[in-house]
Amino acid sequence: MARRVPVQTRIGFTILAWAIALLLFSPILWTLVTAFKTEAEAIASPPTFLPQTWTLDNFGAVQDRSDYVKHATNSIIVSVGSTLLGLLIAIPAAWSMAFAPSKRTKDILMWMLSTKMMPAVGVLIPIYLIFRDLRLLDTVHGLTLIMTLINLPIIIWMLYTYFKEIPVDILEAARMDGAELWNEIRHVLVPMAVPGIASTLLLNVILAWNEAFWTITLTSGRAGTLTAFISSFSSPQGLFLAKLSAASLLAIAPILLLGWFSQKQLVRGLTFGAVK
Amino acid sequence: MGSITLEHVNKSFGEVEIIPDISLDIRDGEFVVFVGPSGCGKSTLLRLIAGLEDTTSGHIRLDGQDVTDAPPAKRGLAMVFQSYALYPHMSVRDNIAFPLKMAKMPQADIDRKVEYAARTLNLGSYLDRRPRALSGGQRQRVAIGRAIVREPKAFLFDEPLSNLDAALRVNMRLEITELHQQLKTTMIYVTHDQVEAMTMADRIVVLNAGNVEQFGSPLELYKNPANRFVAGFIGSPKMNFVDGAEAAKHGVHSIGVRPEHFRISTSEGPWKGTVNVAEQLGSDTFLHVQTDFGLMTVRADGDQTFKHGDTIYLTPDQTRIYRFDAAGKAI
Amino acid sequence: MATKQTRALARTMMAPAVVVLFIWMIVPLVMTLWFSFQNYNLINPMMTGFAGWANYTYVIGDPSFTQALVNTLILVGGVLLITIVGGTFLALLLDQPIWGQGILRIIVISPFFVMPPVAALIWKNGFMHPGYGMLGHLWKFFGLQPVDWFNQYPLFSVIVIVAWQWLPFATLILLTALQSLSEEQREAAEMDGANAVNRFRYIILPHMARAITIVILIQTIFLLGIFAEIRVTTGGGPGYASTNIAFLVFRTGILSNDIGAGSAGGVVAVIIANVVAIFLMRAVGKNLDA
Repeated sequence: MARRVPVQTRIGFTILAWAIALLLFSPILWTLVTAFKTEAEAIASPPTFLPQTWTLDNFGAVQDRSDYVKHATNSIIVSVGSTLLGLLIAIPAAWSMAFAPSKRTKDILMWMLSTKMMPAVGVLIPIYLIFRDLRLLDTVHGLTLIMTLINLPIIIWMLYTYFKEIPVDILEAARMDGAELWNEIRHVLVPMAVPGIASTLLLNVILAWNEAFWTITLTSGRAGTLTAFISSFSSPQGLFLAKLSAASLLAIAPILLLGWFSQKQLVRGLTFGAVK
Repeated sequence: MGSITLEHVNKSFGEVEIIPDISLDIRDGEFVVFVGPSGCGKSTLLRLIAGLEDTTSGHIRLDGQDVTDAPPAKRGLAMVFQSYALYPHMSVRDNIAFPLKMAKMPQADIDRKVEYAARTLNLGSYLDRRPRALSGGQRQRVAIGRAIVREPKAFLFDEPLSNLDAALRVNMRLEITELHQQLKTTMIYVTHDQVEAMTMADRIVVLNAGNVEQFGSPLELYKNPANRFVAGFIGSPKMNFVDGAEAAKHGVHSIGVRPEHFRISTSEGPWKGTVNVAEQLGSDTFLHVQTDFGLMTVRADGDQTFKHGDTIYLTPDQTRIYRFDAAGKAI
Repeated sequence: MATKQTRALARTMMAPAVVVLFIWMIVPLVMTLWFSFQNYNLINPMMTGFAGWANYTYVIGDPSFTQALVNTLILVGGVLLITIVGGTFLALLLDQPIWGQGILRIIVISPFFVMPPVAALIWKNGFMHPGYGMLGHLWKFFGLQPVDWFNQYPLFSVIVIVAWQWLPFATLILLTALQSLSEEQREAAEMDGANAVNRFRYIILPHMARAITIVILIQTIFLLGIFAEIRVTTGGGPGYASTNIAFLVFRTGILSNDIGAGSAGGVVAVIIANVVAIFLMRAVGKNLDA
């Protein structure tokens, strides 16, 4: 398209950009290499870059100490479960607002957004007490419920912006073709919105996975997710830097990969469709 | 069967009255075109018949049966949309089969009907493609195929040709007319293009600001327009109107002369003018002539070679002068 | 536009979402309000009854509240400053013709996907620890005394960590906005004789203004509630040096079991967030019509 850029300029920009990017990435890189070092090497001074002896011991130790598998399972159940539950509630709602809008639709959307702005601490105490009385504290389903509620506005908003891009003609054609509402949604709307629904799913799994307020305040042992798991490493005990890195790596790796796939949709989801 | 009756149909969106009061009687098997400028309510009227909008008051009858409150799925009508509205995630075959699937028809019957429709519309080799892989004309055929398989009581067309290029539009126009002759099913066709209306319709409904200006056969509308609006809308190029003193000579408020109803002379005639622009089409030449009563469009034969600045004299055909009163009604 | 039937259906389909969110919003909020006017302490169950404004005067009157409020403002302001300036710069850089743009994008966005406790712990132990953190090694390399970041500059350290997490977000959104600027517009400006600085000043910056506003507002919402980063690094200390409003409520309500006072703090937090929210909603709302 555009004209040729002088090679020197291009090299200059490339070096600068890579330098800054690697600097920003260095904490993650540090975690990655330290996870494979021995504890002694991890605190060696001056530090080594790559491990001199690669070891997988840290991962085993982390599992023994804090049961990674259990926490990861909880994280998966909570993040995927809450997102699926959210989609179930949000798809019909987004259909209504995108295809049968009324004068109040905009107000309702704004109001839903406003619930997202309520600071968690404002309702922490009642939620804590309600959970205590209903015996939901430290349960996976209790946490899933909270996570659904937290992310529901984002799910609805994202779906709404995706649905808005589907021409209403096509849904009307389905109606003319004799499709009842259920068939219209199942055979026409959902298949057409698959990319949008998938991005919504992905982003909300990421958000739920990384949520670190409710997961920490409402769980202790049994229902702890990876955020709670990692917080248990906050007080150092002896030689632990390599184990901390291994635990961190285990906690962030799955979502980092998902995040790389969904970075384009991320913008739209996090700005409520305001930036595309 | 497919007769459609509108009784005092009214449609308002809040305060805005789109259609004040329309009553129409569309006979079974008729090809009716709703034509009018954009915003005249023709698409809304079609959507009311389809059931995609509900009437504010009044009744819609299908074969005598009141369907005013029936949802679109229950009316047994088929619609072809301007955007074609094909299901992008389904193959052509599944698109055409969709209404049959919704009607829970056995698979064997569906296959047979889809094959038949595909053969009729020359879509055989495209059946397994997605709509996105088709050209505009092919998409239009799929949309029509989807409409005909379910053997509806009537077809509704919402400006179906406006997204096609000019050559294709003429072809599809013929195809739809042929289809009508073959199926003999009622068709209602919405367009803003008066050429489509004239060439396709058995009867035309001319709409303006939500009111029916005239309902009649194409030639009736051309020869005996009920008012100045219809006179100006039907016929291309547009009719020329003259008000004031010249109209008063005929004892009316205004007169109208179609471009094709002038005799042209370089030496004599009652209306003198100067050629502004001469548009040569080969078969015809359209002259835009500046006269004392304003700019006139005149159709001359293709061999005329007038150019900018030429002085000519126009003689309107006395038997074909249209006369209108102050309210615009034809006299 | 739709029929009455469709609209009736639409209301039914919307009902679950509306009801669920309504309960989620109103019930806890009313309870928080109620508790904030009660004497309610889990350690001291004898003390009950209406407290009037006592909880509010207690919370707001306490020096820790003023400090937490100031800390909240510094935290939000500091992170915003770093992320907006840095994000604009990075977005402009990444928009240049460079090799490996796709991979760079992925690398730069990565910190955003790191869960807050992990981010905090990596920085705390791997980088800012005076003994074996990377920054300590760097200081020693230059012959300097390593800094005990979390004791000497607790709030600044938290700001660094949070900014590291949010810089990618700002960059990504600003980059997206930047790339939506049509090539034609830039070329037109060039034809009109605008140099690089003028193009940035008169074409690019105005185009990005809306995205910047949105980044500021959305980040503010999240930054007002920063919690995990403080919890796993400084624990709000030393003293109250790195305690923000969110952490103060947690400290008062959950750690000290003073439900009444904690709730009063929660109400204050809601009020602060609402002020910001109004502005955000206006910005997003405008976009709805577009």
